Amino acid sequence: MIPGQFSYHRPASLAEAVNLLATLEDARPLAGGHSLIPMMKLRLATPENLIDLHGIDALKGVRRDGGNIIIGAMTTRHELLASDIIATALPVLQETSLVIADPQVRYMGTVGGNVANGDPGNDMPALMMTLGAIYNVEGKGGARSIAATDFYQGAYFTALEPGEILTSISIAAPPAGHGYAYEKLKRKIGDYATAAAAVVLTMSGGKVAACRIGLTNLSETALLAVAAAQAVIGTSLDDAALKAAAAAAEAIMSPAGDGRGPPEYRRYVGGVMVTRALQRAAQRAK
Amino acid sequence: MAKTHVTMKVNGAEVEGLVEPRTLLVHFIRENLQMTGTHIGCDTTHCGACTVDLNGMSEKSCTMFAVQAAGADITTIEGMANPDGTLSALQEGFRMMHGLQCGFCTPGMILRAHRLLKENANPTEEEIRFGIAGNLCRCTGYQNIVKAIQYAAAKINGVEFQEAAE
Repeated sequence: MIPGQFSYHRPASLAEAVNLLATLEDARPLAGGHSLIPMMKLRLATPENLIDLHGIDALKGVRRDGGNIIIGAMTTRHELLASDIIATALPVLQETSLVIADPQVRYMGTVGGNVANGDPGNDMPALMMTLGAIYNVEGKGGARSIAATDFYQGAYFTALEPGEILTSISIAAPPAGHGYAYEKLKRKIGDYATAAAAVVLTMSGGKVAACRIGLTNLSETALLAVAAAQAVIGTSLDDAALKAAAAAAEAIMSPAGDGRGPPEYRRYVGGVMVTRALQRAAQRAK
Repeated sequence: MAKTHVTMKVNGAEVEGLVEPRTLLVHFIRENLQMTGTHIGCDTTHCGACTVDLNGMSEKSCTMFAVQAAGADITTIEGMANPDGTLSALQEGFRMMHGLQCGFCTPGMILRAHRLLKENANPTEEEIRFGIAGNLCRCTGYQNIVKAIQYAAAKINGVEFQEAAE
């Protein structure tokens, strides 16, 4: 399968990339390319101009800025897995990266591409909502920041305006000793989730002190399960609390029926993923 | 569409060519360079038959444009034998352990295993299976591919290969 024709641009600076996106007809940024290039091969995407972001060093790398971790949008999953900063401050990002795609794709696929594409099957959006991440974007009109929880509007529809590029993601490092888990049910390695849940929590005196829960591929967008998290705060995660959390999470799910199963099954296993993620996160919390 | 002049290093040799921006790296390798050891299996980023080593990373060359690889250092199956022409440890392992039947997936498997062993010289069976999860084989059931990679790891590490009891 051969994509349609396009012109290729490889800007060396963000300003140049923003300018190209604003001035060229039908231009799209190219990050890792492992969502866009397959779509171009199927001719479901036929951009006239591709703006390859690989030449822009400012979009790469992981750094600390006070209590925040800043992840450049062009940082790959492979680089996240190799990062000491991520291993120490945000191990849940590594746990999640390992259940995305396969080794070859992780060398190329970027965090920015994964979160900005708006694909409900992608794993990072729910995790970013759970972590309270902020997306930093830049366009012709300047820079702005959007909370991950405000970013997703529908399948492949996001708050990103035409011509804007996601440049980095800021995440306030969770407190030391926090518990975390990303539970993903999938048919095989490399598959999108049948259902998945992200949990980040803190425990105090055997009780849940704070908790956030995110859901992947169980609606048109990733979801933050606010009521489910509320249901476990202040509890010792006993059976009743776990059941209440799963029920509250299932109540906001609206999965489609597809090869991964009918909606009823996917909602049910979505509840199971929430339960397991809560239990595993609590075991890890100190 | 105007063609772009690209140069890159493939198996140690500087190569060049004129490509349309839409030319996939795998087509550049197979058609421009006439190196047909890199296979096209699924053409949808799933099967890994087109895997090459690019700047120290395993890449599916069907999911990258040749223009993106300008300046890159690439190894394909044609570059995997020892300089004197004898089989490298991985190639020998696939031969000795019967790690292939039809052989279509083998170039991609070997290139992926090559990078896996560079990153982890002594992987467990589980690490090997996880590490080749992006490469599909429809013949072997993977058992002998895992053994082939274990054989190569032992040979590279200078220890005797012990086949695990089944």
